[in-house]
Amino acid sequence: MNRELLKFLAFSAMVLAAPLYFKGGYLMNVLVFVGIYTMLAIGLNLLLGYAGQISLGHAGFFGMGAYLSGVLTATYAWNPWLAMPLAAAVVGVVAFLIGLPILKLKGHYLAMATLGLGIIIYIVFNETIDLTGGPSGLSGIPYLELGGITFDSDVKSYYLVWSFALLVILFAVNLANSRVGRALRAVHDSEVAARVMGVNARLLKVQIFTLSAVICSLAGSLYAHTMTFIAPASFGFNFSVELLTMVVIGGLGSVYGSFLGAALLTLLPEFLRAAQDYDIIIYGALLMLMVMFMPGGLVRGIPDFFKMVIKGRRGAGNA
Amino acid sequence: MLFDQILQYCLSGLSTGAIYGLIGVGFSIIFNATGIINFAQGEFVMLGGMLTLLFLETLALPLWAAIPCAIAASMVAGLLFERLAIRPLRQPTPINLVIITIGGSILIRGLAMLAWGKDTHALPPFSGNDPISILGATILPQHIWILVVTVFIVAVNRFYFYHTISGKAMRACAYNRRAAGLVGIDVRRMVLFSFVISSALGSIAGLIVAPLTMTSYDVGIMLGLKGFCAAIIGGMSSGIATVIGGLLLGILESLGAGLISSGYKDAIAFIILLLILVIRPQGLFGKAESERV
Repeated sequence: MNRELLKFLAFSAMVLAAPLYFKGGYLMNVLVFVGIYTMLAIGLNLLLGYAGQISLGHAGFFGMGAYLSGVLTATYAWNPWLAMPLAAAVVGVVAFLIGLPILKLKGHYLAMATLGLGIIIYIVFNETIDLTGGPSGLSGIPYLELGGITFDSDVKSYYLVWSFALLVILFAVNLANSRVGRALRAVHDSEVAARVMGVNARLLKVQIFTLSAVICSLAGSLYAHTMTFIAPASFGFNFSVELLTMVVIGGLGSVYGSFLGAALLTLLPEFLRAAQDYDIIIYGALLMLMVMFMPGGLVRGIPDFFKMVIKGRRGAGNA
Repeated sequence: MLFDQILQYCLSGLSTGAIYGLIGVGFSIIFNATGIINFAQGEFVMLGGMLTLLFLETLALPLWAAIPCAIAASMVAGLLFERLAIRPLRQPTPINLVIITIGGSILIRGLAMLAWGKDTHALPPFSGNDPISILGATILPQHIWILVVTVFIVAVNRFYFYHTISGKAMRACAYNRRAAGLVGIDVRRMVLFSFVISSALGSIAGLIVAPLTMTSYDVGIMLGLKGFCAAIIGGMSSGIATVIGGLLLGILESLGAGLISSGYKDAIAFIILLLILVIRPQGLFGKAESERV
């Protein structure tokens, strides 16, 4: 059995056992969000960490998933299990069509273009009032149901969201260690070299952009059905930055790092209740400090730090 | 009737457009000296308005003294930003630079929120509020201030970049940083200069527009992005092309808001941004094929 599988099984066991420990308290609700944000962070990480392409518009895809699911089920009374894959497909097609021209851009230009895209999507949420309810939001989205179980409590939502999140994790880990994952890393390190080696870098970038948008859309659908209420404010530029922060803090290119980043950024405000308005400052400072001092994120930074401490001690002992 | 309206939209579009142009020039100056798109550029626009207010109200300075103080304070902020955030970066890859300037912009915005709260504030107009009538359309004295200041800054910019040693050195860095270093130009100092100059430009744009549009801790995001859009239309030129880009954007936006829908006003800028990035990445007036790396 390989190490990745062991890691995944250990992680799954931890996830499945967590509710026994928290016994359905308030934290369960927070952990539902950790699950959704983990999916989002992994989605963005596939693009940013693996392929080295930035996006500041992923909150838009998250919102599209949420709104498509929300409108189809709440207004048109569709079956949620039908609306969810349809939303994902629509978002996928949109992302592919937009990705084709946009991913030709590099670095700063790609950042600005995706940012503009995110803001356009956000404006559409706000302005198509007949459809989305505009700034005041869309309510009455039904809970998901499966085999007679309605996922309406925190514990049930937790298992629902986390089964999706675990699937996404498994998928991402497999992708990273596959042919496609290696091609992505090659594109990340040097697009020219990757192309010389026969990787269709352009198409690959668009595909991974589409894939990460689809994952965000799924997370959006789950978000809509667990919250039963959505408003544009959750899908704005600030949330795109929050996602970016999660990925950077956890570690670019690390699946479990994305979980770590998502968990940290979701739990931090809960523990810093008094500092409610200051979370924006904390995000800003965290982003800057991580890039300056721990560019590999927590997953690599913490082990490195301990190695350094141990080395330092040994050095001192020898002298 | 319709002509009057269109003229009115164009006139008000011109003054907001001039603001976008000024902010865009700030983007371009840093980009040309360093290859960095400074996502925190909009925050200096916000600082311009908010700091003027601080000197005006809290420290009770007259307007003519508050304005230079605010510009100077923003320049110090720009200097600190370069020194504390950009220079210490060990791996200055584009993605790291994007992340760190975004981090910086959120941090500045957050600190401004702490200092001044979430309210919107108004700055008094520089010379009264009596409307002036031109061919049936009306404009405010502040509009004229904006246009005059913009023309003045374009002229100063031109003089600086073409007729002073430091400006020429900065242009040399934009052409080729290594070659500039080889002929004895202190490239790192030029980078610092570029941040200081563009924070000054940003804050000037912020404080001349504040009497018209009000100001608050979060005005920097939108203004900054539209300034970037102006710079993209102008092909990242640090001169007149970017200002024209800004004017164009301002007029289109104002026409779109007036004739189509005001709700989608902000979307217009971003659609133009996307179109130009994809179709003409060298800008509307550029000739050479240039790779946007």
